[in-house]
Amino acid sequence: MTRKLSSEVKLERVGKRYGEVRAVREVSLTILPGEFFTLLGPSGCGKTTLLRLIAGFASLDSGRILLDGEPIDHVPPWKRNVGLVFQHGALWPHLSVYENVAFGLRERKIPPAELASRVAAALSLVGLEGFERRRPSQLSGGQQQRVALARTLAIQPRLLLLDEPLSNLDAQLRAQMRLELARLQRELAITTIYVTHDQAEALALSHRVAVFQDGAVVQEGTPEEIYWRPRNRFVAEFVGAANLVPAQVMELRETGVLVEAGTSIRLPVPADPARWRTGARALLCLRPEALRLEEAAIGRGTGFFATVAGRVFEGDRHIYEVRTGEGSLLRVEMPALGAARIFRLGDRVRVEFSAETVVLLPDG
Amino acid sequence: MLALLLLLAGGILYPLLQVLSVAMSSEGGGFTLRHLGAFFRRPLFLESLVNTLATGLLAVFFGSLVGVPLAFLTVRYTFPGRTVLQTLCALPLVIPPFVGAVAFQQILGRSGTLNLLLAQTFGRTLPIMEGLTGVVLVQTLHYFPLIMLNTAAAMAGLDPSLEEAARNLGASGFRLFRRVLLPLALPGYAAGALITFIRVVDDLGTPLMLNYTKLLAPQAYLRVTTVGLTDVDGYVICVILVVLSVGALWGSKAVVGLSEYATLQRGAEAETRVVRGVPALGLWLLAAALLGPALLPHAGILLLSVSKVWSLSLLPTVYTLANYDEILVRTTSFLWNTLRYALLAASADVILGAAIAWLLLRGTVRGRGWLDTIATMPLAIPGVVLAVGYLRVFHGWNFPGLGEPLTATWLILVLAYTMRRLPYTVRGAYAALQQLPPALEEAAQNLGANRLRTFARVTAPLMARGLLAGGLIAFITSAVELSSTILLVPRIELGPLSYGIYIYMQSAVGRGPGAALGVVAIALVGCGTWLAHRLAARGGGSLFRL
Repeated sequence: MTRKLSSEVKLERVGKRYGEVRAVREVSLTILPGEFFTLLGPSGCGKTTLLRLIAGFASLDSGRILLDGEPIDHVPPWKRNVGLVFQHGALWPHLSVYENVAFGLRERKIPPAELASRVAAALSLVGLEGFERRRPSQLSGGQQQRVALARTLAIQPRLLLLDEPLSNLDAQLRAQMRLELARLQRELAITTIYVTHDQAEALALSHRVAVFQDGAVVQEGTPEEIYWRPRNRFVAEFVGAANLVPAQVMELRETGVLVEAGTSIRLPVPADPARWRTGARALLCLRPEALRLEEAAIGRGTGFFATVAGRVFEGDRHIYEVRTGEGSLLRVEMPALGAARIFRLGDRVRVEFSAETVVLLPDG
Repeated sequence: MLALLLLLAGGILYPLLQVLSVAMSSEGGGFTLRHLGAFFRRPLFLESLVNTLATGLLAVFFGSLVGVPLAFLTVRYTFPGRTVLQTLCALPLVIPPFVGAVAFQQILGRSGTLNLLLAQTFGRTLPIMEGLTGVVLVQTLHYFPLIMLNTAAAMAGLDPSLEEAARNLGASGFRLFRRVLLPLALPGYAAGALITFIRVVDDLGTPLMLNYTKLLAPQAYLRVTTVGLTDVDGYVICVILVVLSVGALWGSKAVVGLSEYATLQRGAEAETRVVRGVPALGLWLLAAALLGPALLPHAGILLLSVSKVWSLSLLPTVYTLANYDEILVRTTSFLWNTLRYALLAASADVILGAAIAWLLLRGTVRGRGWLDTIATMPLAIPGVVLAVGYLRVFHGWNFPGLGEPLTATWLILVLAYTMRRLPYTVRGAYAALQQLPPALEEAAQNLGANRLRTFARVTAPLMARGLLAGGLIAFITSAVELSSTILLVPRIELGPLSYGIYIYMQSAVGRGPGAALGVVAIALVGCGTWLAHRLAARGGGSLFRL
């Protein structure tokens, strides 16, 4: 498995309709050779449909899909050489692990000696040597997914499509598989399109992420961009936890805008002044880990005054819920280690944050 | 797809339409209802119609009286030997009804064991095997397992938490049974009752064996065999038979919608009442009273098959194995014909069933609705009607490649069996394919297998059990089919086992060999049923479903 397996995928205004429902609308994306690209979105947003379009299990209503510059719309699924790993593995229960992995190689009429060595190589890649004779029913959920992955990698596809492959594993196994998947993908340098509704997976694994809503791409970018520069309320709330505080634009400046939140706070936030006008209603997006609590008496004149309304200890951190003077609830996450003090219910606090972590979002 | 549709149209739809058109066209060829009207002015036909309806309804009624309590007993109570009882309940089905009729005659008939016993002790007899009573008795005892198994399957498939919820809200005892259990089990019961009614109406062998002909199926048979194929009345009777079957199908659908309440997600395992000691004995006595009579023919036919003389005596007076010598060594054609026809028909059904199920569930071609409708039709077409249709369509012209009419060869029997039993394999394959996630097939295509290779390497192996189970049922039901066989057998040496039994039973000396053939039929059906259940590994009633 040393061959370079990279392909470039280009989607041009791809559209798919199921009756009245527009499952995918006007999606244009370019996925670079060797890239780990994630389609992220809630269930029913069209991301799986898009994957099935690329694999050839659904036909395009409009647009084109190009693989290394070649349109593949009329290539049947079995000739695309695009490996798809299904959500539930889809291992064939009547075949052993060995035969499952050998399936695609037999279809390609690989000579026996090479076939055996490639099956062995694929199984060792996912750490399942010695499981050849097992039946899928004798494997754990994680092992089944590894076999599914090995089965797909064995044919050396030019593109790897993963449809929520970790969704039916328990949390611990999922975290472990996530690391393995990342390692494998970097090692093989195979172009990968990953579909998931789990933002943590998307952020952890991807070079780039496209966030989907109602069949369309809302935002596309690196995990950092998606997380720290969400384009709208949907992305902010879907990717990570977000506190949204109503605000109003007071003044446009050269590098940002000055907003007023509630009655007490005026602060400059980074934003493109060309996209805003004075008096516009907006939302401040504050990530919980970017906030910290201080005793109300100390500190500068910035931040919100609030009252502690709830606290949960999660081992590595405390999660506070505080109620501001305007009555909105904010979520604050503070590292437990080295915390100056632990606040109690009813304590008066000041919520502090630095202006550059704030994102200004259009309201509505 | 087109070839399939053509085959089914030629094997099912066209013969049926021919029967309809003959019954409804005048001498000049125009449309007329005159023949149908004439039917209702003939006292013999009217009486036959009333009798047919009566046998169907009475068999369902008495069958329910026996079947529903047995279903309730075996599902709701745990007692020593429950599995044995469940197996015994399926046994009446493994004896073909016309074979059962002979055995009942021997035991309960005018000069049978029971009446001889009664005559000796009380000096009088019970004429329970005479006329309509005998027909209803035989059919009830043969078909009640259909009602019992379907009802039991429906009850067993229910989510126990539904019943627990009712208990929790204060329902108990008979109220619980009437308000919750019964309505929930109704679809299963209705399916069993419906199939019983259709089979009884269609049953030609039992009345012929009991020599009672004032029913529609025997009337149609007599018309065609004595008056001939040109007689319009035979076709008219066939139309009435079809109307009865289809009417029953629609009726039961209208009543319960044939929906299933059995759920896949289930709460805790059902709590059955454990019964031991004297109460368990009581349960067994009740079960024995309900089930006992239905198992009489098995003993009767076995005894008859090893008897040389059994006439006007309680039990056979002279025993012999000569009967088996006759059918296994001297006249083997009946057995070989049966195996050949049934095997060919079942194989064809397996292939057709798999193809049709695949097209219905995975295909994208138009006309799938038609395919489904035509493939399911044979369930509602009585065997007599299909046979008459075949005679009408294939008689008198040389089939291409054969040099003689199709009806002059044994191929006509294979065709009839294939078409009549097709629904079994279609259902079996359909159910198997439905449980197969499409992702399994997509995975194969994704790894480079085209549609055909995917079907061969993934779909077919995974459907095999369901297909084979359906094929076995098609095989055993074909092996003991009589309704269309009796009309379609071209020459006696081409007749299968069921026909052999019928022929043997016509003479007194033939009863022994006939019974021996009956034992073979029972063994065949018994083994096949058992195997099919092992393969399907599902609830008892599922294979006997419509």
